Amino acid sequence: MSTAVVQSAEYRNNQKRKDTFISIFIGIFAFVWIFPILWTVWTSLRPYNDIISYGIFSWPRRLTFDNYINAIREMKIGVYLLNSLLVTVPSVILTLFFGSLVAFVVTRYQYKFNLWILLLFTAGNMLPIVLTYIPVFWMFIWIGELFGNRNLLYNNYGGLILVHVGFQVGFATFVLSSYMKTIPKEISESATIDGANVFRHYWNVILPLLRPALAALSVLMTTWIYNEFFWALVLMSDDSKRPITSALRRLQGQYVTDFNLLAAGAIIAAAPTVIMFFVLRKQFIAGLTLGSTKG
Amino acid sequence: MKSAATVQKKRSRRSLSKTDRFTLATFVGIPTLLQIILLWVPAVVTIILSFTYWNGIRLKDIQWAGIQNYKNIFVNNPLFYQALKNNAIWLAFFVLIATPLGILLAYQIDRGIKGHAFYESIYYLPVVLSLAVIGIIWNFMLQPGGFVQGLMGRDIGNAISIWGNPKINTWVILGIASWRHIGYIMLLYLSGLKSVDPALKEAAAIDGATDWEIFRKIILPTMKPVNIIIVVITLIESLRAFDLVYIIYGSPTIFPLLNLLVFQNFAGQGISMKGAAYAVILLLLCIVPIITYLRISFQEDIK
Repeated sequence: MSTAVVQSAEYRNNQKRKDTFISIFIGIFAFVWIFPILWTVWTSLRPYNDIISYGIFSWPRRLTFDNYINAIREMKIGVYLLNSLLVTVPSVILTLFFGSLVAFVVTRYQYKFNLWILLLFTAGNMLPIVLTYIPVFWMFIWIGELFGNRNLLYNNYGGLILVHVGFQVGFATFVLSSYMKTIPKEISESATIDGANVFRHYWNVILPLLRPALAALSVLMTTWIYNEFFWALVLMSDDSKRPITSALRRLQGQYVTDFNLLAAGAIIAAAPTVIMFFVLRKQFIAGLTLGSTKG
Repeated sequence: MKSAATVQKKRSRRSLSKTDRFTLATFVGIPTLLQIILLWVPAVVTIILSFTYWNGIRLKDIQWAGIQNYKNIFVNNPLFYQALKNNAIWLAFFVLIATPLGILLAYQIDRGIKGHAFYESIYYLPVVLSLAVIGIIWNFMLQPGGFVQGLMGRDIGNAISIWGNPKINTWVILGIASWRHIGYIMLLYLSGLKSVDPALKEAAAIDGATDWEIFRKIILPTMKPVNIIIVVITLIESLRAFDLVYIIYGSPTIFPLLNLLVFQNFAGQGISMKGAAYAVILLLLCIVPIITYLRISFQEDIK
């Protein structure tokens, strides 16, 4: 008994020393990890001429937000940010709404096709997206012409939103249905006995219980959709309508020499997701844990 | 028991009114339709298009090509084999180095070392950045006049080419890709590790087990489902990799990857259905990991 206690104490002591060592090592490594981001922030605060005349390692004569002001003025970063907002917010809301509808039916009602629906959605989430570029592009133009307006979906926010919803709803369905399986069946049964119809059962009974999962997913989805830029390159022909992450690519070519300005633009583009991550870290991690994967 | 459940199931289904059944059909129908129209139909169309010649301009110009697109890919096309090689290197690097590093990091952070929550955030930070931003950040680090060149004592005049040098660019690209991948794997693994009973580890340690033995004999077996999912994610990510390279080069000539070849031939101007054939090859390579993933996820439901 006493030897076990001594051994245990020794083990703890040993472990403590080891942990301190590992902690220092991981700390140094963490600094290396975040350094490129810090360096970009640092660069964005320095005037271009300062670096040209004194070199990149010089002590700054002055630090300003001029690059940020210029980025907003010259690069029209504000317009692109607004585009991102216009695409991301409706996409996330619709994705979660549709995902919760499907998850609700397949977990609360016993149909034979439930498993097939779930498989369809989950497998769809893992398909290589490039597989669909050309047909979707053509379908959008074709549907537009059918309604007499070529830009009904193509080169339009609506089309981009639709595509994001179509590609993310699989993941949302998968995550929400595994979450909904943990909600006791009795809740649904009593709702049905109380005479609630299907819509009330969904809207008043199940949806409020989904709040934690929806919060977690919305943080994750916002990040993914905000960061995605290939669809906008394929489907948006007007540069002025593109979201910021797509626009950044063109700006990179245009402002290749003035990298302090570009740094400011990149930091502005990164800010929304980074801030959201730090503020809603718990939800973010919960979202990943719930789904455990995103292909 | 089973029959009682069946009876109840039947009763509850019968009790659904017409409106309710209509509501249910709408609930499932609209999202499913969207999924089929935007994803599955285009995927099938692409498979069909891979057997045709088409420049993507007028629908009536589509011509049957048989397997000619595939022949063009497999025969006399060094770009394809380079892409396969690069994807294989990418895969090997991720499986053997990046993913284990992420797991190791998760294991260490999970032991509750000082400041673990802070470290967790730092290592995860690159994952929340858009690749467009990541491209710019690393360009700053590596371009002539950038930080790394400055550190090596090279100013703009005598800078070495990093992106254009085939000896180092592979490792630089893999390094940047790992910068994101390691944090992602770490967070996924961490959430799994939280479910391992800490008493189990401590008991083993008191019995004289080394860290490595604890990891191999206790952590790995308990984490089996998470391990499989992480391997599948690593496989799929390596096969589908291309956005980072697209951001850096814009074209597949210097560092070809399968997905990059698809994108170049299958989006934007001057498209050819060779791109569709590339996409189908990519799909075939992804199918095994996808099915493995689905089987793990739906194991209980299928039973």
